[in-house]
Amino acid sequence: MATARTKNKKITSSPLPLFPKASTGINGFDEITQGGLPQGRPTLVCGEAGSGKTLFSMEFIVRGAVEFNEPGVFMAFEEKAEELAANVSSLGFDLNKLVKQNKLRIDYVHIERSEIEETGEYDLDGLFIRLGHAIDSIGAKRVVLDTIENLFAGLTNQAILRAELRRLFQWLKEKNVTAIITGEKGTGMLTREGLEEYVSDCVILLDHRVNNQISTRRLRVIKYRGSSHGTNEYPFLIDQDGISVLPVTSLKLEAKISSQRVSTGIESMDEMLDGKGFFRGGSILVSGTAGTGKTSIAACFADAACKRNERCIYFAFEESPDQIIRNMRSIGVDLEKHIDNGLLKFHASRPTMYGLEMHLVVIYKMIKKFKPRTIILDPISNLITVGNVGEVKSILVRLIDFLQTQQITVLFTALSLNNIVNEQTDEGVSSLVDAWILIRDIELNGERNRGLYIMKSRGMKHSNQVREFTITDTGLKLEEVYLGQDGILTGSARQAHLLHQQTESLLMKHSLGRKDKEVERKSRELQARIDTLTSEFESIKEELKNDSIEQELRNEVLRQNREEIAQLRSNRNNIPAAAGTKKNKK
Amino acid sequence: MIMAVKEKKWQLKLYVAGQTLKSVTALRNLNKYCETHLKGQYTIEVIDLLVKPQLAEGDQIFAIPTLVRKVPEPIRKIIGDLSNEEKVLVGLNIVPVNN
Repeated sequence: MATARTKNKKITSSPLPLFPKASTGINGFDEITQGGLPQGRPTLVCGEAGSGKTLFSMEFIVRGAVEFNEPGVFMAFEEKAEELAANVSSLGFDLNKLVKQNKLRIDYVHIERSEIEETGEYDLDGLFIRLGHAIDSIGAKRVVLDTIENLFAGLTNQAILRAELRRLFQWLKEKNVTAIITGEKGTGMLTREGLEEYVSDCVILLDHRVNNQISTRRLRVIKYRGSSHGTNEYPFLIDQDGISVLPVTSLKLEAKISSQRVSTGIESMDEMLDGKGFFRGGSILVSGTAGTGKTSIAACFADAACKRNERCIYFAFEESPDQIIRNMRSIGVDLEKHIDNGLLKFHASRPTMYGLEMHLVVIYKMIKKFKPRTIILDPISNLITVGNVGEVKSILVRLIDFLQTQQITVLFTALSLNNIVNEQTDEGVSSLVDAWILIRDIELNGERNRGLYIMKSRGMKHSNQVREFTITDTGLKLEEVYLGQDGILTGSARQAHLLHQQTESLLMKHSLGRKDKEVERKSRELQARIDTLTSEFESIKEELKNDSIEQELRNEVLRQNREEIAQLRSNRNNIPAAAGTKKNKK
Repeated sequence: MIMAVKEKKWQLKLYVAGQTLKSVTALRNLNKYCETHLKGQYTIEVIDLLVKPQLAEGDQIFAIPTLVRKVPEPIRKIIGDLSNEEKVLVGLNIVPVNN
């Protein structure tokens, strides 16, 4: 779709004249062909019986008459006008009304071989005149010849027929009507009678294949002279709205991206994702073994989207909506109120209901109609039952691609078939998705617990830790996983470990108290001893001090005594003392 | 047999588109056969679709020229310039008048 838009821009900006195209109004087809069928030229639509040729051409005529104001002539060689009207009324096409409004002419050409005898030369002027009359009477711009090959069944002169057909297609071009000629697929040829030889401007092949008992309709533009077109096989769907073709493969990787973040709906998981959750428009894969809570995560995500007042479609391939609603209520997620508010839509279908491509068409159609911001596919693994891994992958690539252009966040759940982390089990989409959350069973101590971790999450910081994922009455929770000596501890082992730790710390606290008291006592005891020793020391010091004073006193007294004695002595011996002085004077 | 045939009234319509060689040949041939085998028991109506194109649908005409035998029933059609007398007679279920 986006490609078609950009293409148009390119065309309008180029100075070359536009290749005129007649819009078919068929969902998706105009996008593949970048505008529709070549205007004023015949197009061959071929395919097997029941591949939708008549419907395709009828839709082209009806949409032309209703939507583009281009009246059309439907020349039927197989079905009568009443039959045609009845057949397409289920698609909401009221042919009789269009006929009354002069927007449509249906001309049934009945060729009954048993009534017809051929002798000599003839031409198909009768057909030309009829067609010309029909075209002129309503000013038709579109013509369908369905299936002109019936002429070959009714007439034997091939040489005349072929020459006349060539003339017919030339004549249609001169009439400047956009025509569809249908043809049944032949062996080794596009059509039984080689009509492709005459109609060389545009050839469309419709296909209806049955694979594993499931049929898928496909459409391919084989050639389109003077225009580029998608060359792939495109699946298409016929439902109450007519044909929807899904132009699923856009060739470019240039979708706009958003840096806005959306919550996962689980607080602790947001924390693991940088505290903010996933990127808007991203694709998220949740994989895990059976019963690991993938659907619960998906439901939480849907719930979070609806709580943000955004629309969400939940594609369930395994459970019915009621089942999911009931189950999710048990974990405290009320989806029903979102359905009542018109924010949430469930689409439950068995994968085997139709082919893989058809699932994609259905998803595509629902998205176009409901315009959600978030979709959930639960689980994609079941799609494997319809196709092989490669096909599923190709579908998902195209889906992710489409969703990215629409800025729709998608969450897939996938069942891993074994317990070992295995890249092969996720339908090979793990490399495509922006975020991959893996839930593993951890079997330990006779119980099974869930370990959740983020395998990847592009463009954001994310936790590298394994968390224990618990489903409680109040929602989903992620707990820290304990690493014990024997490895990861989860579940009751984790609880036991926690209890053990608590006991340990209590005991520790207790013993610490005891030791503290002892230390205190010891210190008091020591203090006492220190006190005794100090006082002892004090008394000794005192004693010693007294001793020294005594000694000093004694010394003083002795000195005084000595002095006194000395004085006394000098008084008695004065002369010797004088003589002594004299002697010294000499 | 001849008596039975004689009682019938043959209504023949010849559809043409203008005065083409094929149309002219067809009409000439038809006139010749009728005169020979159905003298006095037939009517021929020539319809030019270029003039009245709306009549083509009613008789399911797609080839030109086409001879339609409406009566006696069932409806028979012979397309082409009617150059093969035997085929025309068989096609119209006319028993040829013996020489």
